[in-house]
Amino acid sequence: MSDLETFRTETRAWLEANCPPEMREPVRDEEDVYWGGRNASFKSDAQKAWFEACLAKGYTVPAWPKDYGGAGLNPAEAKVLRQEMSRINARPPLSSFGIWMLGPALLHFGTEGQKQRFLNEIARGEIRWCQGYSEPGSGSDLVSLQTYGEDKGDHWVVNGQKVWTSYADKCDWIFCLVRTDKTNKYQGITFMLFDMASEGVSTKPIKLISGNSPFCETFMEDVSVPKSYGEDVPAYVGEINRGWDVAKYLLGHEREMISGAGGGDRTAAIGAAMKRHAAKAGDEIDPVLRAELAMFDVDALAYAAMGEKFLDEIKVGKAHPAQPNMMKYVGTELNKRRHELMMATGGSRALEWESDETDGGKPSRNWLRTKANSIEGGTSEVMLNVISKRILDLPGS
Amino acid sequence: MPLYHDDDQAMLADTATSFMAEEGSIAKQLRHWRDRDCKDGFGHELWKQMAEMGFTGMLVGEDDGGLGMGHVEAGIVLEEIGRNLTPSPFLTSSVLAATALKHGSNDLKGRYLPGLIEGESVFAVAIDETAKHRPSRIACRAEKSGNGFKLTGSKSFVIHGASADMIVVAARTSGSDEDADGITLFAVPKDAANMSHNAVRLVDSSVATHTKFDGVELDGDAVIGEVDGGREILNAVLTAGRVGAAAEGVGVARGAMDMTIDYLKQRKQFGKLIGEFQALQHRASHLYSEVEIARAVVIKTQQLLDGGSEQAELMSSVAKAKVAKAAGLAVKEGVQMHGGIGMTDEYDIGLYMKRDRALQEFLGDAYFHANRVAEMSGY
Repeated sequence: MSDLETFRTETRAWLEANCPPEMREPVRDEEDVYWGGRNASFKSDAQKAWFEACLAKGYTVPAWPKDYGGAGLNPAEAKVLRQEMSRINARPPLSSFGIWMLGPALLHFGTEGQKQRFLNEIARGEIRWCQGYSEPGSGSDLVSLQTYGEDKGDHWVVNGQKVWTSYADKCDWIFCLVRTDKTNKYQGITFMLFDMASEGVSTKPIKLISGNSPFCETFMEDVSVPKSYGEDVPAYVGEINRGWDVAKYLLGHEREMISGAGGGDRTAAIGAAMKRHAAKAGDEIDPVLRAELAMFDVDALAYAAMGEKFLDEIKVGKAHPAQPNMMKYVGTELNKRRHELMMATGGSRALEWESDETDGGKPSRNWLRTKANSIEGGTSEVMLNVISKRILDLPGS
Repeated sequence: MPLYHDDDQAMLADTATSFMAEEGSIAKQLRHWRDRDCKDGFGHELWKQMAEMGFTGMLVGEDDGGLGMGHVEAGIVLEEIGRNLTPSPFLTSSVLAATALKHGSNDLKGRYLPGLIEGESVFAVAIDETAKHRPSRIACRAEKSGNGFKLTGSKSFVIHGASADMIVVAARTSGSDEDADGITLFAVPKDAANMSHNAVRLVDSSVATHTKFDGVELDGDAVIGEVDGGREILNAVLTAGRVGAAAEGVGVARGAMDMTIDYLKQRKQFGKLIGEFQALQHRASHLYSEVEIARAVVIKTQQLLDGGSEQAELMSSVAKAKVAKAAGLAVKEGVQMHGGIGMTDEYDIGLYMKRDRALQEFLGDAYFHANRVAEMSGY
């Protein structure tokens, strides 16, 4: 047996022994997953047991080095773990922007001191991070951001406003893009790290069309951010005034994540499930709706193959560096279409906003939530601009 | 297996790319034969050259004198055929008929495979009986007659039918027209008596026949596989053919797209390169995305088919449908973005549109295959 097959056998046995049955149910809302942080609590004993088992094994961040709280799995092993987890529908043991966003940035740009401190905190679920990027006047044109950090020698005084800060009201620390040089657009931004409990930071949830408030406005009024948190732990990632490089690197990551490359529900066919749903409700699917479902399934299954190919190519450096933009564009448009079809299949039942039968309006709230997919992390239109410029090399774009 | 070409396949792709661009180009083949009103619709010299390259017998097993390669490799050749719109009997002979002959007796293999491998023979496959692809219904009948069979009925859209040295015919040996069982495949030789072809030129300059069998006498040894046991072989032939047609479609799509993107970088209007207009940039980027995805699903399906996976059947329909949509978009956007010049015969983009149309129809269009995906998925 090859090493990888041995690893698969062991992983399967470990998951069997450690993943509680309750943690193999589909994730229905954000509460079903543990997000960590100072104020976190577990929703159930099973959630706690699953998190602790993974933590001990390094499986909250399996591909990170052991020194930083991971399991040090190589890409092939990490893929096996993902496959085995998805085989039993295991929920992620810990979810956070620290894992998806800040972690990769620190692994790439961080100092050893930053990695030791922040990565371990993230892996253990101790600190929950949020991302301070967009501003009221800087959405797609992110680099025009105005939040300003005035240099006071050993610290900055930060003033400004961020918007669309995910879960800012529940987070402990923020990684935040702050202008530190007003004369240089691209090379005048610093990627700062600071505590949300700092004096002068306040948040206000934004109520969305789905009725939920996963995002906040974040206000910074004379917030004092020290330049260092100790030896080899600067309060910024990369260099001062070169935060745009880090942000760009992370946007690539975010686009990969949002695009759902790597599979999961978003790339699955839905026609058969829709037929069952309709039958259960005593409905039939119109032939024209069936045809749309079939066309959707063709696109979804083809996109799943694309996701697989994309990951295979990334591993050997064959993927075009701008390909995540394409994946993000198609993946999010596909997900919006999926929810349109689910609403169409659900009929009037899917319109219910608060009923028990719909688990508090899940179909319509989820449908509305997907409309943000092609806006957050770069709009579809921006993705198409990037493809035009970087892949197709079209003039003047 | 990762979803990209391994070193050997990448080498084959290099070879196929330069060979087809050189020898199979639009000027040298498609336009050349079209403008001479060639009755075959392709050049036999090129077919010989393709044999010398080792292409014609790629899918034939090594024991039978072929190269014993898979659908990934055949797809590499087909994509270049698509990109250059190269008229050739490769898809019908080296993919469809070769897949059928895998199930044939040693006698049949010995009779037909050497000619294919040498590029001396051309084969056709006769399945459709109506204008739309509907292989579930086969009315063409072969009745027992002495030691052999008597074939009666008619077939349509038989590509290379009049040029073929042998035609694989799907006929009914028992049951009624709609039955799944009771199908037998026959290898019908060119000179069979009571067979007549009405050859018609199609929109893409290829030549297909309406072929009539008016009591064609066949020996028992013309049967491919078992009598009444042809459905499974037919399905294998169709799957191989669909995946092959999808690979060719990817080539057509990429050829049309590359030409169009180039044009956006050259054509000036309003004092600007038209590729500077965001209205066109977004459409070009959307097109790129769709073509990339079509490529991905095709290589995925080729690998599944070569690996003998049960998924290959479903994915062959996903691939055929997805490619039909993507290539259809590529040629339509291609003609539109070329503007007036795209409507002229002199310019090649229109030739891509014509080939795509024929290829979409061959072995089932996007509607047929999306419907099949739904049926196979249980709705």
